[in-house]
Amino acid sequence: MKMNGSQMVCEAITREGVKVVFGYPGGAIMNVYDEIYKQDGFKHILNRHEQASVHAADGYARATGEVGVAMVTSGPGFTNAVTGLATAYMDSIPLVVISGQVPLSLIGTDGFQEIDAVGISRPCTKHNYLVRDINDLPRILKEAFYLARSGRPGPVLVDIPKDVTAEFGEFDYPDSVDIPTYKPSCKGNDRQIKKAAEAIINAKKPLIYIGGGTVLSNASELVRELTQITQIPAVETLMARGVMGADNPLLLGMLGMHGNYASNMAMSETDLIISLGARFDDRVTGKLSEFARYAQIIHVDIDPANIGKLVDVDYPIVGDITIVVEKLIEQLQERVNPKNYESWRDVLKRYDTLHPQSFKDSDEVLKPQWVIERIGKLVGKEAIITSDVGQHQMWAAQHYPFDRARQWINSGGLGTMGFGFPAALGAKVGCPDKIVINITGDGSILMNMQELVTAAEYEIPVINVILNNHYLGMVRQWQTFFYDKRYSETDLSYQPNFKALAEACGGIGYDVTTKEEFDRVLLEAIERKKVCFINVAIDRLENVLPMVPSGGALYNMMLEHKD
Amino acid sequence: MENIRRVISVIVMNESSVLARITALFAGRGYNIDSLTVAPIPQSNFSHITIVTKGDKRIIEQITKQLNKLVPVFKVMEHEEMIEKEMVMVKFSVKERLSDIAALCGAYNGGIVNVGTDIVIAMATDEPKRIEHFLEATQIFNPIEVVRGGVVAIER
Repeated sequence: MKMNGSQMVCEAITREGVKVVFGYPGGAIMNVYDEIYKQDGFKHILNRHEQASVHAADGYARATGEVGVAMVTSGPGFTNAVTGLATAYMDSIPLVVISGQVPLSLIGTDGFQEIDAVGISRPCTKHNYLVRDINDLPRILKEAFYLARSGRPGPVLVDIPKDVTAEFGEFDYPDSVDIPTYKPSCKGNDRQIKKAAEAIINAKKPLIYIGGGTVLSNASELVRELTQITQIPAVETLMARGVMGADNPLLLGMLGMHGNYASNMAMSETDLIISLGARFDDRVTGKLSEFARYAQIIHVDIDPANIGKLVDVDYPIVGDITIVVEKLIEQLQERVNPKNYESWRDVLKRYDTLHPQSFKDSDEVLKPQWVIERIGKLVGKEAIITSDVGQHQMWAAQHYPFDRARQWINSGGLGTMGFGFPAALGAKVGCPDKIVINITGDGSILMNMQELVTAAEYEIPVINVILNNHYLGMVRQWQTFFYDKRYSETDLSYQPNFKALAEACGGIGYDVTTKEEFDRVLLEAIERKKVCFINVAIDRLENVLPMVPSGGALYNMMLEHKD
Repeated sequence: MENIRRVISVIVMNESSVLARITALFAGRGYNIDSLTVAPIPQSNFSHITIVTKGDKRIIEQITKQLNKLVPVFKVMEHEEMIEKEMVMVKFSVKERLSDIAALCGAYNGGIVNVGTDIVIAMATDEPKRIEHFLEATQIFNPIEVVRGGVVAIER
């Protein structure tokens, strides 16, 4: 079938089953937008900033497991999208981002709104393309979707010059993809898996270390089954919250810099780490030379480059978590004796009793942890929780009772402030039946507050709970601990009127200072089904604890802070 | 861990920006490139890139794994048993002792390749270590300019 490049883009998006595209038009991408106007294969949502478009596509992808699609124009449209690409890249989120480019004849001439998009995005995409020939476009679009979702997922950029979007060519959309240089291995080596199973059977203090790869592989149920039949305790990374479910007695909690005592001690004392889709990030391991000193390591990851990158691994297994865990269960069923780990479980239980994840509540001032636990009590399993980056993110990860994978959406790898609100829009669009709440801070929310307009226009009722301490809280916390309280540029006392701001953009706003108010307001906000800001005044100087100071050993946790 | 020298061959699809992907990977992750050569493989859509790098064992392993992750990379070979050769061209004044220069080049698989009114150009092709020796030996002839070609290697 003959069609022009713009029609090809729309047709490919439709054929890939994408229902929603997030984007922002501009000169170089106008031809494609003209076709978007004429088609009804997918809906387009106009964000009010390109960064938000990519984050929204990202939130959509994380909530649904589908590929998210964003569309931007050349030059500044693209550079605004870079933070979104990098965010998705660091967390291995499948995205296809289409960017306009100046016409082929202008490339390299410093044309208006020209920037080397493939050059800039090379280190923050899984792969990228500059389309130089209309005849390549169908294949490239097909490959882009395939690359984004296969192997270790990630964002793929397709940069299309304006003349290519106007040119006509044969649209022969391939059914399958064959890239001779790209063959991700998913199955896991059976001999290694057998050896790993032996190691598990022989271990005395094994620990399952669950990372975001488990979520990406949709392996949550299988991992629960693995822990169930082995009765091996588990810890989750920030990216894996929800995989085990908060009520699961085998879940110790989150580990790492702001992990709970039992999780970090378990990691420090285990004799066998069973790592499932985690990558031994510095925020997880603390000081590497002191990390898990007594442990052998089974490392299951779909990306061979993650294995042996930071720690030496005894049982490397390259493969998809779903497939490998299935095989592990097969090997372990009827052979593993859960009783063998009983004394280990008892030790960990005692650690948890000794220093449980807790906080000191107050009647005078709202504590952020109370607010988060309260959201959990009021909407718990019904909600998808997104967050921005900072103290509120850590409190949410520590205190929200996550029940399932994909319930918790945050920027773990890049740590992008401003991610939460647009990601919540994407999540809500992808999962309209769920309540979507962005737990955010008074710093982060301002970094994409223009999305109030998007949410109001498209009637996407996302609730933003702003834990407002009038500080750039996490940096303030470090200044308190490590910089003698020199609060350099972290005092955010000068603020907008958040309630009025939300209302000015067509949403609703609330100011909350008491527990009673919070309960009433949250339920009312859910009821009113409109985008909203709930501005919650919290204890200004509350810290995120426990904390492993940066570069310290995981077992040296700061459990409380005294002035 | 101790730094080791490694010669790595990378077979890549012939497409625009593939070399940029590779050099950007080295720059972005802080790996060294001592030399890099690239040329198309005859009768194929592939090119052969030879990279000489330095790093400890973990870094070398990461380099090969990260290279393998790049979509247009077909194959990465970390050479152990190989023949490696490098070419060098040196410019001298025509007033130097030409027969001595020719003899020296002869010992390093080379010779004088061009003689002009003012200058003479000599070349040598040998293992990188021997090329170093050759360049040391040329010092007495006051070389005006030296151009090294970078290492190419083939597995034995």
